[in-house]
Amino acid sequence: MKDFPNTPAKGCGDTPILKERGQREVFCGLTGIIWLHRKMQDAFFLVVGSRTCAHLLQSAAGVMIFAEPRFGTAILEEKDLAGLADANDELDREVERLLSRRPDIKQLFLVGSCPSEVIKLDLSRAAERLSERYLPDVRVVNFSGSGIETTFTQGEDTCLAAMVPNLPHSDERSLLVAGALPDVVEDQMRDLLSKMGIENVQVLPAANAASERGIGPNTVFALAQPFLGETHAELIRRGCRHITAPFPFGAQGTTAWLRAIATEFGVPDDLFEQVTAAPRARAEKAIAAHAQDLNGKSVFFFPDSQLEIPLARFLSNECGMNAIEIGAPYIQKSIVGADLDLIPEGPTLSEGQDVDLQLDRARAARPDITVCGLGLANPLEAEGLTTKWAIELVFTPVHFYEQAGDLAGLFSRPMRRKAAIKAFHPNRMEAAE
Amino acid sequence: MKLTVWTYEGPPHVGAMRVATGMKGLHYVLHAPQGDTYADLLFTMIERRNHRPPVSYTTFQDRDLGADTAYLFKDACNDAYERFKPEAIIVGASCTAELIQDDPGGLAETLGLPCPVIPLELPSYSRKENFGADETFFQIVRHLARPMDRTAHVTCNLIGPTGLGFRHRDDVIELTGLLEELGVTVNVCAPMGATPTDITTLGQAHFNVLMYPETGEMAARFMEREFGQPFTKTVPIGVGATRDFIEEVRAITGQHGDIDESRLRMPWWSASVDSTYLTGKRVFIFGDATHVKTSARIARDEMGFEVVGLGCYNREFARDIRALGKEYGVEALITDDYLDVEKRIEELAPEMILGTQMERHIGKRLGIPCAVISAPVHVQDFPARYSPQMGFEGANVIFDTWIHPLVMGLEEHLLAMFREDFEFHDDNGASHHGGKIDLRDVAPTAPIQSEAPAVPQVQTDGTIVWVPAAEKELKKIPFFVRGKAKRNTEKYAAELGVTEITVDTLYEAKAHYAR
Repeated sequence: MKDFPNTPAKGCGDTPILKERGQREVFCGLTGIIWLHRKMQDAFFLVVGSRTCAHLLQSAAGVMIFAEPRFGTAILEEKDLAGLADANDELDREVERLLSRRPDIKQLFLVGSCPSEVIKLDLSRAAERLSERYLPDVRVVNFSGSGIETTFTQGEDTCLAAMVPNLPHSDERSLLVAGALPDVVEDQMRDLLSKMGIENVQVLPAANAASERGIGPNTVFALAQPFLGETHAELIRRGCRHITAPFPFGAQGTTAWLRAIATEFGVPDDLFEQVTAAPRARAEKAIAAHAQDLNGKSVFFFPDSQLEIPLARFLSNECGMNAIEIGAPYIQKSIVGADLDLIPEGPTLSEGQDVDLQLDRARAARPDITVCGLGLANPLEAEGLTTKWAIELVFTPVHFYEQAGDLAGLFSRPMRRKAAIKAFHPNRMEAAE
Repeated sequence: MKLTVWTYEGPPHVGAMRVATGMKGLHYVLHAPQGDTYADLLFTMIERRNHRPPVSYTTFQDRDLGADTAYLFKDACNDAYERFKPEAIIVGASCTAELIQDDPGGLAETLGLPCPVIPLELPSYSRKENFGADETFFQIVRHLARPMDRTAHVTCNLIGPTGLGFRHRDDVIELTGLLEELGVTVNVCAPMGATPTDITTLGQAHFNVLMYPETGEMAARFMEREFGQPFTKTVPIGVGATRDFIEEVRAITGQHGDIDESRLRMPWWSASVDSTYLTGKRVFIFGDATHVKTSARIARDEMGFEVVGLGCYNREFARDIRALGKEYGVEALITDDYLDVEKRIEELAPEMILGTQMERHIGKRLGIPCAVISAPVHVQDFPARYSPQMGFEGANVIFDTWIHPLVMGLEEHLLAMFREDFEFHDDNGASHHGGKIDLRDVAPTAPIQSEAPAVPQVQTDGTIVWVPAAEKELKKIPFFVRGKAKRNTEKYAAELGVTEITVDTLYEAKAHYAR
């Protein structure tokens, strides 16, 4: 792998995986709605669930940051459960009210939750029924974001996977990039590909239903996010072919990801060099500034978004860090295998979670930085550990060359902050009250 | 089924978490699917707690549902006891677990754990967070507290403060000091800060101070009935309420300790001439019932505002708040749908909102200043500084908090006098706030506005049209009263059956509504 000067003699590809079962300190798949609804400008996400679902969405989003959100929860009430009201009639009524109030909605997602799954409310049939009624104006699609089936970013996976069967057919040769990216990042990506002469590029999810194009056996696809296992399977089912590559984080990851696509499309080496040289040099320079703080430091990942393995690859290869444990909710080797091979052997790989046992391991290892969810960050800081909120890695533009420095900065900033206020850091404060 | 975008209250098990997290030495085993752990971040992030909430989640998954979820619950109970060695455990189900009917209480009982296990029945599909907290605390008290001999000196319990409460942390400190001055010592403050062992000694206090009826009334009523402990009915938020509370405590205890009011600045701050501009400010009040009730009294009697509307989101107190509405001559709004609240605020066009974080956002959208008086809480509601709502210091804090969003005294006049001066440009807002506009962006629009626009920019329901000159005149009115002027003018025009508003109509309306 010529794009990785630090390729280890032995990577983590064959490291046995510690599988744990216990309390999981993770979000459910509904959380993905918070970024998906910003990405798809004509979509509305209607969760069919409980007050807990609604509370999660507003808590995880930070209370009311979006004035008129394109998501909401149809809260199940006692009468829905007791069979006094026909849940399907109720749903039809709420959908009708919503669509009449919001004519801008062109795609409506009926999102399954834990309660809707447990009472076996068939939302896929409801979506079919409602599609028949509202097409061609509104397409109604169902996916599950329930915690009993999905962990955090898997919600995006089930959403995109549900969209694939609805994409039109096309025999045209094209590239599809799957995974919601911030607009600025998507534009940068398109620009790089376009300069290499790859023009027929579509993204999933598209900004709106009208800009969707067809897929078929002449479509190749690349994943921009590592958590898209089901979407991957659906695309294969449509005859598309996957371009495997490490994920586009950092200078090396981005180069390798782009090179895999360039090779597929027969881009000449000199053109590839010409297009990537300048942004790659900028990325390397930006990373180097942060790597000073990160070099030789240890990192411990709690499971969160499935970004853990590609990020551990970036931190090991490009920032000189040592991973102690890389925890992920699921490890899909067919997708993150290339990244695993590039991480020097040594770290524990864990899948699933028993949070108390994992906390014991983190406390024993005392890593220089711990990547974890919001529920754990302040408690660990109070124990003297330095943490990085994992959710920020999902909400912040971190892909491709121009964000490589920002990505490294997300890890170096907590360390610099801890150093800056060291003399006054309380470490072990009294309880919050 | 009811479509909800934003909610004022979480589900009832979050209320139980607020009790468990406020207490010490108590553990909550919650039968819940993966994802329900999001609730931890409310405490660790919003409240900046440095410990995880004492909650173990069973985290069942799809594949468990076909098999047996009961053993997951039992394992979680045993593990939680082994790891945390709590003095007592509360057990319950979140919304999904309620549907699979595993009976956490019954299961926990079979384990024979060497500590009290208190089962909770919190109906997730009909009740909400405040009920969950109230019921949980009541069950804890009912299971652990027993009648006892009274303490030798006069003591009371502080009842109601929880984790994630609106200023509960500082209210407890303020009230403890106030009671001390009255010669009353705090026996137990609960849930916040109490252990299960402390709960067993609740019965030795002479009376209870019910700080927050939302989260403590059931327990207070139980203790009144079972232990013969009276509880206070006045919530001491505001100067008048604090003085009434003092009298109530004196009546219960017969203690007559002197109260030092020297640090109470609020009445003079309100009486001083700089505050004249507050007179008759039209305010809309919305939040939990306790804070709405106390705020209405402060607004009218202590700040000299006009209460033009009020309401609460917790239906348990609907009757009280409707009665309060009658007292203030307004129709109370009882709803947990923030769109209803927004609609009412738009209709009333108040000059200020006293509300929750939700109303703060509504205010932002409508250009109406808002001060936050109640939960649901936000990270901003946990300031580093001491800022109670209760007692005399609470009254001082409230004065500052409420006037901060407003344009102050003389500035208001300057804005009116020089409204076209760039320094006082409307879009600048109050001078002590950030977010200044860039005047270079504003200047070019002025000449455009001077040409009569083809379509009036003032939007009405279509039956009344503003002619361009009147619309321009309306723009000259300072932003903080413009909404009121627009509303009054349209109302006036509608009453007269006028469909076209001219500059004259505007000033006729002004004269009509003058007082």
